[in-house]
Amino acid sequence: MKIKLSISKLFVLVAAAFAAGVQADINVGVTLSATGPAASLGIPEKNTVALLPATIAGQKVNYIVFDDASDTTTAVKNTRKLIAENKVDVVIGSTTSPNSLAMIDVVAEAETPMIAMAASSRIIEPMDGKRYWVFKTPQNDAQMATAIVQHMIDNNVKTVAYIGFADAYGEGWWNEFSKIAEARKIQIVANERFNRADTSVTGQVLKTIAAKPDAVLIGGAGTPAALPQKSLKERGYKGIIYQTHGVANADFLRVCGKDCEGTFLPAGPVLVAAQLPDSNPIKKAALEYVVKYEAANGKGTASTFGAHAWDASKLLVNAVPVALKKGQPGTPEFRKALRDALENTRNLTAAHGVFNMSPQDHLGFDQRSRVMVKIEGGNWKLVQ
Amino acid sequence: MDLQIALLLGQDGLSNGAIYALLALALVLVFAVTRVIFIPQGEFVAFGALTLASLQAGRLPGTIWLVLALGTVIALVDGSRALRGRQFRRIPWIVLVNCGIPLLLAGVLFAVSAASLPLPVQVLLALMLVVPLGPMIYRLAYQPVAEASVLVLLIVSVAVHVTLIGIGLLFFGAEGSRTPAFTDVSFELGDTLLQGQTILVVVASVVLIVALYFFFERTIYGKALRATAMNRTGARLMGISGTLAGMLSFTLAASIGAFSGILISPITTIYYDSGFLIGLKGFVGAIIGGLASYPVAAAGAILVGLLESYSSFWASAFKEVIVFTLIIPVLLWRSLKTRHVEEE
Repeated sequence: MKIKLSISKLFVLVAAAFAAGVQADINVGVTLSATGPAASLGIPEKNTVALLPATIAGQKVNYIVFDDASDTTTAVKNTRKLIAENKVDVVIGSTTSPNSLAMIDVVAEAETPMIAMAASSRIIEPMDGKRYWVFKTPQNDAQMATAIVQHMIDNNVKTVAYIGFADAYGEGWWNEFSKIAEARKIQIVANERFNRADTSVTGQVLKTIAAKPDAVLIGGAGTPAALPQKSLKERGYKGIIYQTHGVANADFLRVCGKDCEGTFLPAGPVLVAAQLPDSNPIKKAALEYVVKYEAANGKGTASTFGAHAWDASKLLVNAVPVALKKGQPGTPEFRKALRDALENTRNLTAAHGVFNMSPQDHLGFDQRSRVMVKIEGGNWKLVQ
Repeated sequence: MDLQIALLLGQDGLSNGAIYALLALALVLVFAVTRVIFIPQGEFVAFGALTLASLQAGRLPGTIWLVLALGTVIALVDGSRALRGRQFRRIPWIVLVNCGIPLLLAGVLFAVSAASLPLPVQVLLALMLVVPLGPMIYRLAYQPVAEASVLVLLIVSVAVHVTLIGIGLLFFGAEGSRTPAFTDVSFELGDTLLQGQTILVVVASVVLIVALYFFFERTIYGKALRATAMNRTGARLMGISGTLAGMLSFTLAASIGAFSGILISPITTIYYDSGFLIGLKGFVGAIIGGLASYPVAAAGAILVGLLESYSSFWASAFKEVIVFTLIIPVLLWRSLKTRHVEEE
């Protein structure tokens, strides 16, 4: 009797061990904008996904990557497909804010955690039952706008003009920037819009110059943001020009050339990783990403956008071991545990900053997540 | 707005309008001859500019692969047809034209480093790479359905447009390019600065328009195209091949598109998908001309350029709205003025 019991006990133990051995793989669904208007952001993200760890805590990780063509409907469709067909444990994406906002309902309904790679603070604010499942890795626009306004005040800028994209990006920046600038008593003398595909911004630039601002902020992303700057220089504008972190890639420097000398912009520290002081904990994490990415894609190719995908993976690597103690991948328990673990992320150093999440803050970045950068000699230069 | 700003805006509007005018002419030409509403017209602008940019950057432009691939497919299609028709003597010719010439081009590109060539040679190379795409696309996409309704041809156009955009992203990447200016000359006019490149755009457009005029008035091919545009069946009865007319009009459209792209790429940054919006504004001009009248289309396109320039000053957020809303009164006016003829 006694022997029989221990045999049955042994059987249970073996079964448990066996079950642990064949634990399901972790499925990570990724939807990003590798084509369409946001392709210049989505492509480095896609390249980064290829560099992500194949195992986390000894568990195999499958990355299922879909392209949403910068289209909101496709992003939602991809998310549904990832959850329903691929049974993913977590969704990473998408690249743009409109896409990410549209995906919130889907992941909340399926109770699957999501890590967005888009900038808008609306993705995680105001915190509610749906955003309970949503996290993000890029800095909020407000954080970046504060950095610009602070720099303007330090440089004695009294009047400023804004030229931005006629889309969600330009509008978002206008809202954040105008709010903060007015609170800090900087007068906004012009507010103009242009389209990504415009061949000429002469009208907007002439109107801006006529308003005689001390500084101009250009709210655009990628190489299209070079057009107003080139026109401003062409028309002899002498004041300070600010860009946003949306331009932080090598192509912008190539297209803008000497007209961009002396431009200021806020950016994630990864952009100037090598120039950070050794005492900065982010330097090591950021350089790790830059070295890995450039080894795979060539020198000078690393951009801040790909690093958002990298940071999303950092969050997972940190959270998955905790979640594995609570449940098996592929189960609702695991997804819930993963969400809780993500929310409990403390002092995690990643390429863009240090994450300290809380139930109210699903981003968790502080001042360390942004630096001011100046374009000098066709390169990014850290402003101390 | 003072006089100086008004002048600057006018100059800007004219130079953009000149490009729109070229595209409007190409659209009218293609529609008149083949009844195709040529949505991919803008893609040739982007391909022309980006091919030149990659030549200058010392990269092998992806366009050459497209030319090679399309040439091979055409050689296969035409070759198998010639085989079935037992016209063996045509086969070497088909292979030579469709595969040999692109291969020769590719050989030249591999042999010499294009970045070190003088600018005019680079421009010529870029044109030689992009212009063959016009007749090739006509052969593969439009010729098999040449007799179909305008709607079917329009659907084919949309498909070609979407395909070319995708191919453009693959070849040239998501980021844009800008080529160095052809000339750094600038003139002081009063207290405004007149840029040499802007003058070049306007002058080149005018020269091209005049050349087109003489082509249609004085050459046998031009007259053949006009005849086809006026009456397709009548022209065929007179021995003008509809296929030849189609090929010719697409070649012209592709040349005009690629040339426009090369003209504006020093003024603005061109992306793989910029062509569509530029083409669309040319299309507004062509609509003002009722897709039939060349001078009215050109004037309409200049109007679009000026309207765009001045509205970007007064209400930049609504610029596109203003430009495209222009179509509504024009359509109203045209439908009131002309008798409506049911198609087919």
